[in-house]
Amino acid sequence: MDASETILSVKDLRVRFRTLDGVVEAVKGINIHVNAGETVAVVGESGSGKSQTMMAAMSLLASNGEATGVVDYRGRNLLTLSKSELNQVRGRRISMIFQEPMTSLDPLYSIGNQLIEPIRRHRGLGAAQAREEALKLLRLVYIPDPERRMKSYPHELSGGQRQRVMIAMALANDPDILIADEPTTALDLTIQAQILMLLAELQRKLGMAIVFITHDLGIVRRLADRVYVMRYGEVVEEGEAEAIFVNPQHAYTKMLLAAEPTGIKAPPPPNAPVLLEGRNVEVTFKIGGGFLAGEPLILRAVDHISIRLKRNQTIGIVGESGSGKSTLGRALLRLLPSDGLIRFGDRDISAADRQAMRPLRRELQLVFQDPFGSLSPRMTVGQVITEGLLVHEPILSGRQRDLRAVEALREVGLDPNARNRYPHEFSGGQRQRIAIARAMILKPKVVVLDEPTSALDRSVQKQIVELLRKLQADHELSYLFISHDLAVVRAMADYIIVMKQGKIVEEGPTEAIFSNPQATYTQTLMAAAIDVTRFRLSA
Amino acid sequence: MLRYVFRRLLTAIPTLLVIVTMAFFLIRVAPGGPFNQERGLSPEIKANLEAQFGLNDPLWLQYVHYLGNLLRGNFGPSYNMPDFTVGELFARGLPVSIQIGASALILALLLGCLLGTIAALNQNKLADYSVIALATAGSTIPTFVIAPVIQLLFGLTWKLLPIGGWGDGALLNKIGPVLTLALPQIAIVARLMRGSMIESLRSHHIRTARALGLSDWSVVVKHALRGAILPIVSFTGPAAAALLTGSIIVETIFSIPGIGRYFVEAALNRDYTLVMGTVVVIALFTIVFNLIVDVMYAFVDPRVRYD
Repeated sequence: MDASETILSVKDLRVRFRTLDGVVEAVKGINIHVNAGETVAVVGESGSGKSQTMMAAMSLLASNGEATGVVDYRGRNLLTLSKSELNQVRGRRISMIFQEPMTSLDPLYSIGNQLIEPIRRHRGLGAAQAREEALKLLRLVYIPDPERRMKSYPHELSGGQRQRVMIAMALANDPDILIADEPTTALDLTIQAQILMLLAELQRKLGMAIVFITHDLGIVRRLADRVYVMRYGEVVEEGEAEAIFVNPQHAYTKMLLAAEPTGIKAPPPPNAPVLLEGRNVEVTFKIGGGFLAGEPLILRAVDHISIRLKRNQTIGIVGESGSGKSTLGRALLRLLPSDGLIRFGDRDISAADRQAMRPLRRELQLVFQDPFGSLSPRMTVGQVITEGLLVHEPILSGRQRDLRAVEALREVGLDPNARNRYPHEFSGGQRQRIAIARAMILKPKVVVLDEPTSALDRSVQKQIVELLRKLQADHELSYLFISHDLAVVRAMADYIIVMKQGKIVEEGPTEAIFSNPQATYTQTLMAAAIDVTRFRLSA
Repeated sequence: MLRYVFRRLLTAIPTLLVIVTMAFFLIRVAPGGPFNQERGLSPEIKANLEAQFGLNDPLWLQYVHYLGNLLRGNFGPSYNMPDFTVGELFARGLPVSIQIGASALILALLLGCLLGTIAALNQNKLADYSVIALATAGSTIPTFVIAPVIQLLFGLTWKLLPIGGWGDGALLNKIGPVLTLALPQIAIVARLMRGSMIESLRSHHIRTARALGLSDWSVVVKHALRGAILPIVSFTGPAAAALLTGSIIVETIFSIPGIGRYFVEAALNRDYTLVMGTVVVIALFTIVFNLIVDVMYAFVDPRVRYD
C-alpha cells in the first residue's frame, strides 16, 4: 500500500439540521483528506462540527440532518450510495468507535454475540469460525480471559474493557479507516493512556488509518501525523502535527494551545486558622440486604480520612472515578451521614442534624460539575441565585435581593441583565458562572468545588479557573477542589490529596507532588496526564 | 432465580392477608346485608337464614371462620345463589373469562407491538399519524359503545357473527367479545411501543450497529425491538390480571357466563362471600402475573438479576 495514497477525501461537505429554530448549519463546506495508514486528528471544541463531519461521512446523522458535498472513499461517493452499498463499506472498510463506552454496546446481548455479528455479516463465515475470529479479536485488544468474556454482558465490564470490545468490533473486518470519536473522553486518566497505547499498537500491526475526533490536544500531540483545527463548522487551520504545535498560524489555534490553565497558588501563611477539619472521616454504603435478602454488602467509600482546610487555602482532591473524592466533599459538608470528627471553625459538627446545620450552610457552599443539571430550568437566573438569601437573610426586601443578584453576577463576570433570563439560554461556561454566583451571593467561607470545570471546553475551563482564583483572593475563601484533571488542580490548589478506593495514597504541597510523586499510583496518574511522549513515531 | 421466586411468593402471603382483611371489613361497613333485598322474607325466616350462615356471630369470629375456610380452599356458599358455592361459580365462570381475556391480551400485544413499531420507523410520516389516530380513537371510544356497534354490524347487518351468547365456547361467539376487549388494549400497547421504540432507535448502541454496517432487519428487530419491548413487558402484568378476571361490560352485553359480573353484582347484593372470593382471585392473579413479568424481565434484560 502506498503510504501517500489518499483513500478518503471530504470535499465541500456541508451538514444542516432542521430544527424548531430554523435550519442550523453545523458544517460549512469543509475539505479533509485521509491517506492510507496515517493518523489524522480533527480538533475543536464542542459545537465545532468535528463529530458531525464524520457522522455525515458515515451516514449516521440524526433524522433531521442532511449532508451535501462529496465524501470520496476510493472513488465512490459515500453520500450517494444506496443503503445496501453503504453497508458494504460501513463496518467493513470504514468503521467507527464512539465516546460513550457505557452505552455504545447493546446491553441485552453478550459480548460474543455482538462481536460475531459483524464478522458473519461481512465475511460470510460460519458460526464456529466467526467465534474463533471473535476470540482472536478479544486477545488482540488484551481482554483477559476471552473465553469467559464472550459470555459476559456489557454491564459486567468496566468502561475501559467496553471500549476495548468496541475497538475489537470495529477492527473485526480489517478496515482501511478507523474513525475514533472522542474514544477516551469518558474514561479515567490511566485507562485513557492504555486505550491510546492500544490504538497505536493496533495501527502498527494492522496498518489502518485512524481519524481522531477530539478536543484533547494531549492526544493530538501524542498520536497525530496531521491535524485539522475546526471552529464553528469550518476548518481554520491544517497541517503537520509538529508544525501546528510549534508554530500555530491561526489565532484560534494559538488560543487553544494556550488554553491549558497556568499559574500556581501560593499556600496560605502557616498561622492561618483551620476552618474545616475532618478527623478519621468514614462513609459507608450498604448495598442490597433487607427483608429476607440476607446480609448487605458494606462498601467503604471514604476510609478514615483526615483533612485540615485553612483559611485562604485550596486543597485539591485528586482521584479517578469511584475513589470517594466527591463523597468525602459531601461528608465534610454534612450532606451525607459519616463517622469520625468534623469541625467547622471551633464547632464540632460531627453530629449536627439538618436543623443545626442550616445556619452554617451559608458559610459552607457547594458547586457541582454539571452546569446543565444543577440549575432549575423553570426559575430565572435571578431567582436561582437569590434563593439562598430567602433562607439565610429573610429580612432582605425584594429590592435588596435584586441588588445583591446584580452584584453577584457582576462579580462572576456576567451581565446583570442576565438575571431575568432562564438557564437554558446560557452556554456551559456561563451556567457554571451562574452556579458560582449562587454560592458567592451568600458570602461563604468554604466552597467545595466538585469537578467544576470538567464538563467545559479547555478555553472556558481556563476562564473559570481564573474567576475562582480572583474570587478567592478577593474574599479570602477556602476551597476544596475535587477533580480528576491534574492540569486544573495544579493551577488551583496549593495542597493535594491523592485518593484511591476511599483511602489517601499520598498528600503534600502541590509542587512536591508534581515534581516528586512518591506513591506508584500518583506516578501512574502523572504519567498518564502530563507525559507527552509520542506513542507512535510514524515515518 | 428460584430463591427470588420463592421469596416473592413468601411475601405474597402477608400482602394477601392485608387485602383479604381490608376487603372483609370494608364490605361489612356498607349498610344492609345479603338478605335485606329479598321481598316477602318474613323476619323469622331472615333470622333463620342469618343464623344458618353464622351472620349473627361477632364480626371477628366471622373473620376467623372465613380465614380458616379460605386456608382450606373453601370460599363458602354464595348467599344470593344458594344452589352454588362460590368455588363452583368460579369453576364455571373463570375458564370463560380467561379464554376471552387471554385471547384479547395476545391479540393486543401482537397487533399493538406491530403498529407501534411501524409508527416509530416512520416517525412523523403518514403511517405514524394513522397509528396515532387509531390509538387515540381506540382509547377514547368506550367499550359499551364498541360492543353494540360490533353486534349491530357483524351480527345484525352482515350476519357474520352471533349477536351474543356463549354457544358452549364456539369460536364465532368469542370474536365479538375478544375484539371489544382488545381494541382499547391495542391502542395502549401501540402508543407505548411507539414511544419506547423511538427512544430505542435513538440509542447509542443502535448507532454502533449502523456504523458496523449491520442489516436493517438486525438493527430494528434484533437490537432496537428487544430493548423497546421492556415497557410492554411491565404493562403486561397488571393488564393480564385485569383482562383475565373478566369485564362486566363485555360479559353483560354479549351475555357471556364469565366472572366479570360477579364483583359488581355481588357487591350490590351484599353477597359477602362472593365479593371476598372475587377479591382473592383478582389479588392472586395480580400477584402471580406481576411475578411472571418480573421473571420475564430478567430473561429479556441481562442487567436485571435477582438473587
